[in-house]
Amino acid sequence: MAMNNDNILEVRDLRISFGTYAGEVQAVRGVSFDLRRRETLAIVGESGSGKSVTAKSLMRLLPEANTIFKGGEAIFDGRDLLKLSEKQMQRVRGPKIAMVFQDPMTSLDPTMKVGNQISESLRKHLGMSRAKARERSVELLKLVGIPNAEERVKQYPHQFSGGMRQRVVIAIALACEPQILIADEPTTALDVTIQAQILDLLRELQEKIGTSVILITHDLGVVASVADRIAVMYAGKIVEMGTVRETFYDPQMPYTWGLLASIPLPTADRSQDLIPIPGSPPDMSDPPKGCPFTARCPYAMRVCPTEFPEYTTFSAEHKAACWLHHPMAPNVEPPARVGGTR
Amino acid sequence: MLRYVARRTLYMLLALFVIISVTFFISKALPGTPFADDKLTPQIRKQLYEKYGLDEPILVQYEKYMLNVAQGDLGNSFYFESRPVSQMILQRLPVSMFIGVQAVIFGLVIGMVLGIVAALRHNTLWDTLAVVVAVLGVSVPSFVLGPILQYWLGLKLGWFPIAFFESWIYSVLPSLALSVFVISTVARFIRTEMLEVMGQDYITLAKAKGLSGLAVILKHVLRNALIPLVTVMAPLTIYLITGSLVVEQIFAVPGIGEQFVQSIVVNDYSMILGTTIFFSVLFILALLIQDIMYGIIDPRIRISGAKE
Ligand SMILES: Nc1ncnc2c1ncn2[C@@H]1O[C@H](COP(=O)(O)OP(=O)(O)OP(=O)(O)O)[C@@H](O)[C@H]1O
Ligand SMILES: [Mg+2]
Repeated sequence: MAMNNDNILEVRDLRISFGTYAGEVQAVRGVSFDLRRRETLAIVGESGSGKSVTAKSLMRLLPEANTIFKGGEAIFDGRDLLKLSEKQMQRVRGPKIAMVFQDPMTSLDPTMKVGNQISESLRKHLGMSRAKARERSVELLKLVGIPNAEERVKQYPHQFSGGMRQRVVIAIALACEPQILIADEPTTALDVTIQAQILDLLRELQEKIGTSVILITHDLGVVASVADRIAVMYAGKIVEMGTVRETFYDPQMPYTWGLLASIPLPTADRSQDLIPIPGSPPDMSDPPKGCPFTARCPYAMRVCPTEFPEYTTFSAEHKAACWLHHPMAPNVEPPARVGGTR
Repeated sequence: MLRYVARRTLYMLLALFVIISVTFFISKALPGTPFADDKLTPQIRKQLYEKYGLDEPILVQYEKYMLNVAQGDLGNSFYFESRPVSQMILQRLPVSMFIGVQAVIFGLVIGMVLGIVAALRHNTLWDTLAVVVAVLGVSVPSFVLGPILQYWLGLKLGWFPIAFFESWIYSVLPSLALSVFVISTVARFIRTEMLEVMGQDYITLAKAKGLSGLAVILKHVLRNALIPLVTVMAPLTIYLITGSLVVEQIFAVPGIGEQFVQSIVVNDYSMILGTTIFFSVLFILALLIQDIMYGIIDPRIRISGAKE
């Protein structure tokens, strides 16, 4: 498993299922991607596509009770994260890989002062004294742009607004300057104006600390200004992957077209309404054999439901899985709303 | 915080006033008198009535009684040769307190262990076992459990004496009988709360910080799971009071409960009234402490803060 030195993380053929009463839910069905040093990789997809499961499996935070690890590897620092012991994993979480969750209102322990919640990892991983950790917590709060940090460390989460809480969560995540930061929909629960602030903050801190970021979102609009590359996920698979430019200007499969068409344009052209993708994602306890998007795809062909397509490569970074790129497929142009207006 | 306590104290006094008044009039309305003994001549009875002020109009009696109570004087026992009621209660208090507090300690320790084990070993045999114990504990009344303990641990195994109160060892069985309800209440509470808390995002975040499993449980899960336990404090106090009436009777413990039952048997009104007031004060105090503790432990509902 020789690792490309540009990559800090290499995920190969990750497969995760859950045992449920309704049967085995195949949440992630063979996901592969690389994370480069200092880059921001966005994972985009509708609700239920397996983004959070992918992220949590890297941190090994999925519930032990019903998670079924079906296979794959995640090489970090020359080791497969998926095979580490719980003890080894505890030394990875925090100082090596950290995570920011979706809902800042529920991410913080309501009974503990925010300063202590930041100090916890400093003391555990960096061996700081209580006083030193407290000092550092104040610095971290300042770093994430919380005014009055000396006072604020002594306060409880309920004394913070949603945006401020997410800043605290980011401070916790960055406390030990991790090599990878996984942000799972860090702005979804926040107001639009606050969303932009938090994204700016993330980007700024990433430059300062030099971490690699996996940014998970279901909103393609969010990633354009923040990410370097985009992986589009659908029904537990990555269906398209490329640089932000490539994915936005030259998308290669109908699901990505659909996602792009559903972004509100900043130029607010009322004559061109948003087009949500009709239909809903497949039931993952009985996923379709072929391309999972077939049922909702306006260009579906006879071959689509029978077999999942191979990836077609368009550039060093850009690839997509779609039967439309088979030599025998008809030539289909993306709809005008996608690409044309940009 | 101070204003809150002051206001709560005012409400408490108000509640107490109502309770005492109601108890006073109900006891007057009850049939029978403490001096119904046939051997008493009408003259002696009249003297007794005068002595205890029972010949005066009821409102005058009420006024006098309330004024006395306000000064901490609960009057004299009708039955025990005019010994002060408050003195009789205080005399019996240490024994009852000891058994009650010990029952709470038993209950908290055993209940927490059971609850924690059940939550951490959720859906295993341990969990089921703990739940069965908990359900038995709330559903078996102490007048059934008391004799069972006496038979098993007392007579059969001979570990503990089964009646009276002469040294610590005598307190074990009564406390145990009282504590079973506490054990099961606490165990069920901790189990449910821990399971609930362990599914919260902030626990995932605590794990994501790289804390060890034990640290997550001790610092985050337990702390959050224990807070709602404060809310059972008042109901538990009620239970301990009513439970003590039965348990002290069964184990012949010379406590307040046993005395209360006796005073009912002999129609000792001032004693009944006094003990009722005492129990009410105890309960209202428990409510107040419960509220204040809740405010201290859980910053979300800090009394001085958001709730106002
Ligand atoms: N603990 C679990 N037990 C059973 N099924 C689960 C569990 N966690 C996730 N799933 C299922 O796995 C699938 C993928 O879930 P995941 O949370 O990764 O979606 P997502 O892409 O993050 O969506 P969202 O945008 O809503 O967060 C869903 O069908 C979900 O129901
Ligand atoms: Mg998610």
